[in-house]
Order: sequence, then C-alpha cells, then structure tokens
Amino acid sequence: MGVEGCWIMAVREEATAIDGHNVSKIFGTGANSVAALDDVSVSIRQNEFFTLLGPSGCGKTTLLRLIAGFDTPTAGTILLEGNDISLLPPYSRPVNTVFQSYALFPHMTVAGNIAFGLEMLGKPKPEIDDTVERMLQLVQMEHLKSRRTSEISGGQQQRVALARALAPHPRVLLLDEPLSALDYKLRKEMQIELKRLQNETGITFVFVTHDQEEALTMSDRIAVMEHGKILQVGSPREIYDHPAERFVADFIGDSNFLTADLTSVSGSSAQLKLPSGKAMTASLPDGAFSKGPATIVIRPEHARLTRKKSGAAMSGTLENIVYIGTDTQYHLKLPEGTAFVVRSQNRRDAQEDYTIGDELGIEISANAVQVLRD
Amino acid sequence: MSAGSQIPADSAAPAGKAPGMQAEAARRADVRRNILLTTPALIVLFFAASGPLLIMLVYSFLRPGDYGGVQWTFATDGWASVFLQRDIFDDTLSVADAHLSIFWRSVKLSILTTFTALVLGFPTAYFIATRPVESRNLWLFLITIPFWTNLLIRTFAIMEVIRNQGLINNILTGLGLIDEPIQMLFTDFAIMLGMTYVYLPLMVLPIYASMEKFDFRLVEAGYDLYATRLRVLRRIILPLVKPGVVAGSILVFIPSLGAYVTPRVLGGGKNMMLGNLISLQFGQGRNWPLGAALSLTLLLIVMVALLYYVRSVGKAESHHG
Repeated sequence: MGVEGCWIMAVREEATAIDGHNVSKIFGTGANSVAALDDVSVSIRQNEFFTLLGPSGCGKTTLLRLIAGFDTPTAGTILLEGNDISLLPPYSRPVNTVFQSYALFPHMTVAGNIAFGLEMLGKPKPEIDDTVERMLQLVQMEHLKSRRTSEISGGQQQRVALARALAPHPRVLLLDEPLSALDYKLRKEMQIELKRLQNETGITFVFVTHDQEEALTMSDRIAVMEHGKILQVGSPREIYDHPAERFVADFIGDSNFLTADLTSVSGSSAQLKLPSGKAMTASLPDGAFSKGPATIVIRPEHARLTRKKSGAAMSGTLENIVYIGTDTQYHLKLPEGTAFVVRSQNRRDAQEDYTIGDELGIEISANAVQVLRD
Repeated sequence: MSAGSQIPADSAAPAGKAPGMQAEAARRADVRRNILLTTPALIVLFFAASGPLLIMLVYSFLRPGDYGGVQWTFATDGWASVFLQRDIFDDTLSVADAHLSIFWRSVKLSILTTFTALVLGFPTAYFIATRPVESRNLWLFLITIPFWTNLLIRTFAIMEVIRNQGLINNILTGLGLIDEPIQMLFTDFAIMLGMTYVYLPLMVLPIYASMEKFDFRLVEAGYDLYATRLRVLRRIILPLVKPGVVAGSILVFIPSLGAYVTPRVLGGGKNMMLGNLISLQFGQGRNWPLGAALSLTLLLIVMVALLYYVRSVGKAESHHG
C-alpha cells in the first residue's frame, strides 16, 4: 500500500507532526448550529507528548476526531507532516487512535486485535507475527495473547488497545481520554507507562483529557481549550506558573483572583499595587497591557501565613481550616471582602497553630503574581 | 411454614446440614418452581405439536381411504410414493419426477427467497439500528405494518401489481417501453417475489436485534486501523451480527419451504411447491398417507438443513477464535 511510502519524504524536512490552520467544525445548520471548534490553529511537534486539556464540550475530542479523520473540518486545513489530510478517510491516514471505550474487537483474540491493522495494510504474515510479538512484549501482555478481549481486565484491555494502535507504527498516536475508565492506582501506573511507551517508540502522542493532573504530569506541552478555542499552549510549568487567562488559571490548579492596579508595564513584567496598597512585581502574558486595573492570580501554595501583619503583602481574617492530608488549606477573608486561600504543607516539626477568627498577615513569594489577559 | 422460610432457619444452625447440601436443596426448589411455571406451555406444545405429529406418523403407514381418510391396515405405499410412482397399467415402479421437481423447486425458491430477503433486509436493519434511539421504534413500527393486513389480501395485491394487465405492465406499455406484457404472474419469480415480501420482516427483526447490541464505535476502530468499508463489513460487522443473520435466515427459510398461500395464488396451478402438493393429497388427491409421508419428509429436510447450517456456522466461529 502506498499509505506509508509517501510520508517518508516529508518527514525529514518538517519538524511539525500536525499543523492545524484555522480549523473550524460546525455541527448542525442554521439556528441550531454549534461551533465545536472555532477557528483553531495549532502546531504539534514531532515526537512530543501533546495534550489537549479542557472541560467536556470544549472541542478537544472534536479536534482529535478531525485529526483521526472520523469527521471532516467545516473550514480550515489539517496537515500531517506537511501533507494536507483534511479530507482523507481515516483508513488512508497513518494515524491511529486509542479510544476512550477501547473499542476492542470482541470476536478476536488479543493477538488478533493487535494484528488487525497490519493485516489491513497488507503486511506479510511473518512480519505481522513478529510485530505482534514485539507489541505484546512492549505492553507486557505476552501471556494473554490468545485470550478473548472479554476475558481480560480493564487495565489489560487498555494495554491491548495501546498495542493495537501502536502496531502499525503510526506517525501520530491519538489518545481519547484513555485512562478515564481506570481506577486511581492503575491510572497512575498507566500514566508512567504511556510516557515510557512514547519515549521508546518515538511516536508523536496527542492526548485528550479533562484531568489537569494527568495533563501536567505527562505532557511536553499542553493546549488548554474552552468553547471550541485554544486559550493557551505551553509546557506544564508555563501553563501552571504563568496562565494567560482566567479560565486557564481556574481550570488548572487552585487560584486566588484579585484586582490590582498596574502602575508600570515593561516587556513581560509589570509593577502593580495590591488592593492592600503593597507594591509587587508581576509577570505579564503576551498581549498589550496598559496601566490601570487588571486581574491577577496568586496560587495558594505561593502564599504564606504569618502572625506579623506589618510588612506582609496583605492581611485577612481566618475563616476556615481544611485539612487535606499532605497540606492544610486556610480560607481567609480580605478586608475588601474577597476570599483568599493559602495552602501550606503539613510538617511534623513546625506545627502552625492558627484558629478561626485570627487576623493574619499573608506573605507572597517573589514572582508569584501573574497578570491575566481578559 | 413454607419451604422458603425454612432455609434461613437451617443456615442459622451451623451444626446442621453442610452448606453444599443446603444450596442443593435451594436449587432443587428453584427447578421445581420453574417446571411449574413452564407446565402450561409444555402441555400446549405436547398436544399441539407432538400429538398431531404422532398422528401423521401413524397415518403415513396406513392405506388411503376411498373418500379420503385412512383404512387401518399397515402399508408402506405412502412413503414409497414420496419419491416413486406406480404405473397404472403395468404396476412397475419408476422415480416420481413430478414430486422431485416440486421438492427441487421448493428448496430452490426457499434458498433464493432467503438470500433475497437477506440482501434486502440487512441494509434495512443497519439503517434502523443507526437511527437515533427515539426514531428507531417508529421505523420498527413501519416494518410491522404489512402484518396488519391478511396474508391472502396482500398476496392478491401483489398479483394486481405484476399480472399482465397489472400496474407494472400497464406503466411499461404506457411508456412504450414494451409492446407485449411481460409474463410475471404464475412464474417461479412471482412466487419468490411474494415470499420475499411476506417474510422480509422476519429477516429484518432478528438482524436488527443483534445490530442494536452492536457497538458502532468498532466501525470507527476498523476504519482507524486501515480497513476499508467493505472490509469493516466483512471482518467486523458481519461476524458480530451473525447470530441475527442466522436466526433471520432460519425464520425465512422454514416457512418458505412449507409455503402454501403464496405459491397457490402467485404460482397458479402448475408451479406447485411442497405445501401445495401436501394439501393436494389431503384434498382432491384423497391420499392421506402420502400427504402425511410428504409432510414428514418436509420436516426431515428442514431438520437436516438446520443441523447443517448450525454446524457450519459453529465451525466457522471456532475457526475465527
């Protein structure tokens, strides 16, 4: 089959695996139409673990289905290593999918499932057998190869689904919330496993999830989506430490939002005045900013409580204490009425002993203030 | 005290019976209850199916009465005349060509009907199964509409459509496409058309039932793994809806083989099928033993065909695994 041959040429020159240009997908017509994807442009690099993160209905699965070929874009083009694949049927794209439901073929054995894609590509029998063996080893399922897929556990089915999608050695592997059906422990194991598989195979992974923790631990880069748009693309650290928009900050991790007054703006940093009157340095996202009021975000773990109110950035009244194992969350109320959460790690040596109603000072770490675009 | 309330009392005394025995007792009580529940149906089945069958078996070994009915003397003539005929002048036996050709026509038309119904019914079932859940019932309801009208009336309606001065021929003549009407009525084609029409729902419904359980996400998985449409159909859809296809085929094949009304009306007098031949023996033929023997032969054909079919399907299945 010519499916593979034509891709090899383009591989060398292009550093990107997937290029989406102004992609839109509109379902329905007229007044009932819904834009699942609204003019999205995205570039996914070769060999990277790229995550589409967002709440359900944000368009992340739609984007994945467009790359897989199950749907065609209403507007825009999708390039795979420089070749336009927007209108190709899924069986002509060197892209494979790990489905949320696994979608294993129940009438075939584990080995039969893994061999299916290779058989459809018309590979010779010895090569198929060889690849199937290698895949079984890769996902540690050799001992179950002649079982029916209904006779193995959910975690094992997950591995088979992975092996089946990896066997034809696709240019890009698409994963549609593949871990959502697993229990917590197994999910943790599979996160590490997936990362290992991606390193070993060198295949570009496009991973869809609504689980921010999953996205942070596994991804090279994350695209945060909402309402059919990509809000921000960046490494987990960039996304977490420097969210550009309120939605991104709110969706990933816990956040304290405050309104501050920008006093001077220069490049990617700004001077601002907190509501308490204290001056701080903050980082700015891309975009034009001018002096005046702006929304800022401070992560709860970047703030510290202190008994000394003088000299602290802010002060507030302690309203609630929530113990969550590793950490304790202190819910405070600032003088202007805003809620503010401080998180501190629980340590055996230094026991902090605050009680509800205490008036406490809040210290904020350097570089912890991020200005948001909105 | 009822038997049911005694069981917990037993389990409260661990020194008593072994737990295995107790489970066994509960199981037996369960079986007893289930037998009671099925008894009415079993009685009906016994008297309505086994009873007449037994009478048929006895009649097939008797001598025909002069005005129908039977004489109570043992004879094997009934069975002999299923495939053989006695020359009325010199009493020599020869193969009954007429019967053989009727057997052959019945089997041939039934297979063709089953095949046609499958080809038409499969896409229909697929269509219904892929509709949104709310509208599926409407489509199923439409499938059952033909059942509302009497079979005889529907068959006459087909006759009206295909006869020489019927709808099709009139339209074709009116358009000037043909000069002479095409003879469709009273042919094997007419019989097959009629039977396909009558039995098509029996093909659609079981295929739909297994397709409804089919996970259509597997189709996407197939496409994703480089299978074209045809290969997805052959390698993924067909193997998984096979139980429905088998059930539908059996449900169409069996009544086709014994069909009476459709070949009678659409096949005219000369294109007889087994059902008509049997009915003839109990009517004008006044040969009840032969009729009984023919009926039992039909039963045997169906049984052999079914066994063969079920076994070949089973074999194909284990081959896949």
